[in-house]
Amino acid sequence: MHEIFLDELKKLNARFMEMGVLVNDLIDRGTRSFVEHDKKAAQQMIVEDKEVAKEAVKIEKKALELMALQQPVATDFRVVISILKATTDLERIGENANSIAIETVRVKGNPRLPDVEKVISNMTHQVREMLVQVLTAYVQENEKDARQMVLGHAKVYKDYKNARQMIIDGVEQEPDAAVASASYFVIIRLLERISDHIVNLASWVIYKTSGELFELIKPDPKEK
Amino acid sequence: MTNVMEAKNVKLKYGNFEALHGISLAFPAQKLTALIGPSGCGKSTFLRCLNRMNDDIDDIKITGEILLEGKDIYHSHIDLVALRKKVGMVFQQPTPFPFSVFDNVAYGLRIAGVKDKELIEQRVEESLKQAAIWNETKDNLQRNALAFSGGQQQRICIARALAIRPEVVLLDEPTSALDPISSSEIEETLMALKQKYTFIMVTHNLQQASRVSDQVAFLMNGELIESGSTQEMFLSPKKEITNNYLNGRFG
Ligand SMILES: Nc1ncnc2c1ncn2[C@@H]1O[C@H](COP(=O)(O)OP(=O)(O)O)[C@@H](O)[C@H]1O
Ligand SMILES: [Mg+2]
Repeated sequence: MHEIFLDELKKLNARFMEMGVLVNDLIDRGTRSFVEHDKKAAQQMIVEDKEVAKEAVKIEKKALELMALQQPVATDFRVVISILKATTDLERIGENANSIAIETVRVKGNPRLPDVEKVISNMTHQVREMLVQVLTAYVQENEKDARQMVLGHAKVYKDYKNARQMIIDGVEQEPDAAVASASYFVIIRLLERISDHIVNLASWVIYKTSGELFELIKPDPKEK
Repeated sequence: MTNVMEAKNVKLKYGNFEALHGISLAFPAQKLTALIGPSGCGKSTFLRCLNRMNDDIDDIKITGEILLEGKDIYHSHIDLVALRKKVGMVFQQPTPFPFSVFDNVAYGLRIAGVKDKELIEQRVEESLKQAAIWNETKDNLQRNALAFSGGQQQRICIARALAIRPEVVLLDEPTSALDPISSSEIEETLMALKQKYTFIMVTHNLQQASRVSDQVAFLMNGELIESGSTQEMFLSPKKEITNNYLNGRFG
């Protein structure tokens, strides 16, 4: 009986990881298409985003089926619930990456701010690194590493705040970049949101491994 | 939270066979403690220790302490009748005596020496109400208890246990012989009665344990493996083996 459960769980975990890899790729392609002004790549990506949503539904369906038919409790219960919840965060991350691509398609006017774009690239790099870390912590059930994710997020948040100032200063010096700057604001915000969802993923790792359910302390994006 | 009962390092031997290897467990007042574990792990043996039901077995040896309101029930000064008045019991098979519903429920009171007819009548009615069987029996109090369905019989037995106003009620798989609807009626009854009594229930039905209990103790091979609040046990047990048992991997 439990063989079936463990088998299904293994498959579910594998699916979840695949989705993670897919989403990580989306973040990369989204920001790259933006920085490289590659509308074609962005459009392609917008089409593909439906894949992530479909994958999420499949994982959720399977997880719910396991809950209903195998009725896991205790540790097994936590494992399934954490996949269910983490899938939602992963899906949101995919949506945010997709919004970056949408911004690429929308952006008009060439005058840009290279320094800001560099920060965007750095933030992207950081966020992708974090996603890999949290997914690794997920498979390895490494609670300690999961708790470290707040530090990464703090860094992203700092970059986000710096970037905001850079955009304001940059437009002052180069008023023609005003159009692009609107997109910059959106994109850094999206990257910050992605990082926020990664911290949520980390809290699901902690729940899965320890049963502790709490919100990891994050800086408040509403504060100045 | 006060503990009504507490077992301290209880060991029990049937002849040379040690069935309990030193169980320590406290039972908080007005809570339901579920004892779970594979068949033969010692649940019934342990439960029966709590009102000295094992005493009459030949060649039995019990050590350790079982405190009821702070006093060891195995102390030689303890009056068994008084003890069983405080610690009642309900068994797996409904075991009504082959006489009327009324006499079944009044039985414990009469044994305890209650003569006042009015008091007895009042208690019988109260107890049948508490056990949620009053509506089905009130017009048939003189009918033989054995003429009722299994679920009804079990609730009559619960009423019988409650009639003496015990502090603690021990239940040994009280629903395992019943259909799902009767079982869930018994569960509801227990939930409602928790405000008044302390229950200690052996059950094989893990979902039932998760639904009705406040505390769970997991026994295996005569050993207490793990105990804790029902939430803790069913969400974050400390031991892998508890998780495996709760998920039906053995038993
Ligand atoms: N009267 C008895 N004499 C000898 N051995 C017994 C007696 N009653 C129970 N046992 C043994 O003690 C162990 C625990 O039994 P029991 O308490 O009935 O387990 P459970 O209720 O958990 O299924 C079993 O190995 C059983 O065979
Ligand atoms: Mg038994």
